[in-house]
Amino acid sequence: MTTGTAGPAILVRGLTKSFGNVVALRGVDLEVERGVVFGLLGPNGAGKTTLVRILTTLQRPTSGSATIVGLDVVRDASRLRRAIGVAGQSVAVDDQLTGLENLEVVGRFHHLGGAEAKRRARALIERFDLVEAAGRRAVTYSGGMRRRLDVAASLVGEPEVLFLDEPTTGLDPRSRLSLWVAIEELARSGTTVLLTTQYLEEADRLASRIAVVDHGQVIAEGTAAELKGRVGGSVLVVQVADRSRLDAAREVLGRYGANPHVDESTLDVSVPMSAGAGAIAEVVRALDAGDIAVSNLTLHQPSLDDVFFALTGHASEAETPDAGERGEK
Amino acid sequence: MNPSLMTRVRWGVADTLVMVGRNLLRYVRLPENIVNITVSPIMFLLLFTYVLGGAIRTSTPDYITFVLPGILVQTLLFGGFGTALGLAQDVQSGLFDRYRSLPMARSAVIVGRLIADLLANIFVAVLMISIGTLIGFRFGGSVLQSIGSPAVGILFALPAAAIFAAVGLTVRSVEAVNVIGFTLIFPITFVSSAFVPVESMPGWLQPVAEANPFTLAANVSRALALGQDPGGDLVGVLIWTAGLAAVGVPLAVRAYGRRN
Repeated sequence: MTTGTAGPAILVRGLTKSFGNVVALRGVDLEVERGVVFGLLGPNGAGKTTLVRILTTLQRPTSGSATIVGLDVVRDASRLRRAIGVAGQSVAVDDQLTGLENLEVVGRFHHLGGAEAKRRARALIERFDLVEAAGRRAVTYSGGMRRRLDVAASLVGEPEVLFLDEPTTGLDPRSRLSLWVAIEELARSGTTVLLTTQYLEEADRLASRIAVVDHGQVIAEGTAAELKGRVGGSVLVVQVADRSRLDAAREVLGRYGANPHVDESTLDVSVPMSAGAGAIAEVVRALDAGDIAVSNLTLHQPSLDDVFFALTGHASEAETPDAGERGEK
Repeated sequence: MNPSLMTRVRWGVADTLVMVGRNLLRYVRLPENIVNITVSPIMFLLLFTYVLGGAIRTSTPDYITFVLPGILVQTLLFGGFGTALGLAQDVQSGLFDRYRSLPMARSAVIVGRLIADLLANIFVAVLMISIGTLIGFRFGGSVLQSIGSPAVGILFALPAAAIFAAVGLTVRSVEAVNVIGFTLIFPITFVSSAFVPVESMPGWLQPVAEANPFTLAANVSRALALGQDPGGDLVGVLIWTAGLAAVGVPLAVRAYGRRN
């Protein structure tokens, strides 16, 4: 179903949301073009879920505005629900219904008519590899199967914009991979997808654009390559043998990359390396010359923590409040 | 672009029917649900009849004739407790977030639940009257009065279930519903004419029991079972039912639709 309105798939302007004293969103601006997979990357408590709940009409914003395919999330809520699909953070599956029945019921609530609801349910069961389990009650499904059924249910209405809130959290690697493949197929078919995730790897693989969210704000936006560029390609982590040499190690590493990060508990000093792997030999020589004994040295691809540290100057987990993420349940 | 009123009404009815079907399937597929709603009323009926009944003096020929309508009306009211529990469960499971993001009628979730639980209540009423008949209960009036006797209880329980639904959707926790349910329903149903004649209570308690709408419902159900004219009490029950419905149903739909 197409609403025929022009403009971006998602347009968010100055969106805020408070729960009593807890501020979950402090002014979010976002624009998502049609037909792309857009990743919202951020730690627990960053406000990702609150944003998704507002965009899918489950909660009202405190201030600001948001439109999906030109429809306002507050004023046009009932029309908007016909244009979107949602797979929330908690799997919304009816345990006592079979997989097929779950999808049929959702189809009936989209007012498709019995025959069409059945047809789409069967097609989705096949697409999400649930044929053998289709006639079994969902209570017997594994975590991965429940998640696949949940995502399938969000597609019954053939949405223009699909919201997936941490779809792979808690899944084993195999289930995660099969869900990734399904999302990639969706993207090829032209559905706009807004995906939230805590994993840079996931955003990297699936999303063509990524917004990094922290403390209720978008702090960076770009392609995965652009964001990684801001971290500096790869990250060098040096673990010193002697706590008293931490500061000296920080001083040395500071010559090879901006903003070295010291973790006092693990004795790690990490720094983004813009100069590439060839510089490692130089670093080792400099540490040696500075009489700093090293117990471990690794070079790795930037993780969400690294992106976070580079962008915010603070680690991703320690300072983020838990409250506000789920909002009022 | 917006569907016409007629279309919306048709969708609302269709959504409600799907919801009734879904909820009935849950009764059929979880046998413990049926056990839950049938075992305790049958136990109550047997315990009151054989253990307590001999000590309680009533105006009726035997105690079971007195107590069966009372236990029946109490059981039906307890059904509302199940309504609230079911809704709180659906909230906790995340299923309501899915429903609320779908283009379906908001009232369908509540009304569909109430209708499914009403059908379950009819099943329970038939079962209890059947077992009562085996142990000596007899209707004393016309066919119409005999049908009217449980029907009054079923009708009265419906808006009560809506109010419980509103509570269940507001507290959103199965455990809280349990606590509220038990501390509310037990006093309401026991300080009434359901199990003993009000005249046998201490003087200060009698006005409370008389004012209890549950007493009205039990009196009317009992009068019809005995083949007597319930008189003004019938009008009173109907007014209470309509009044509770006018408050309870919108409250429940609002509690469900709230999105702060």
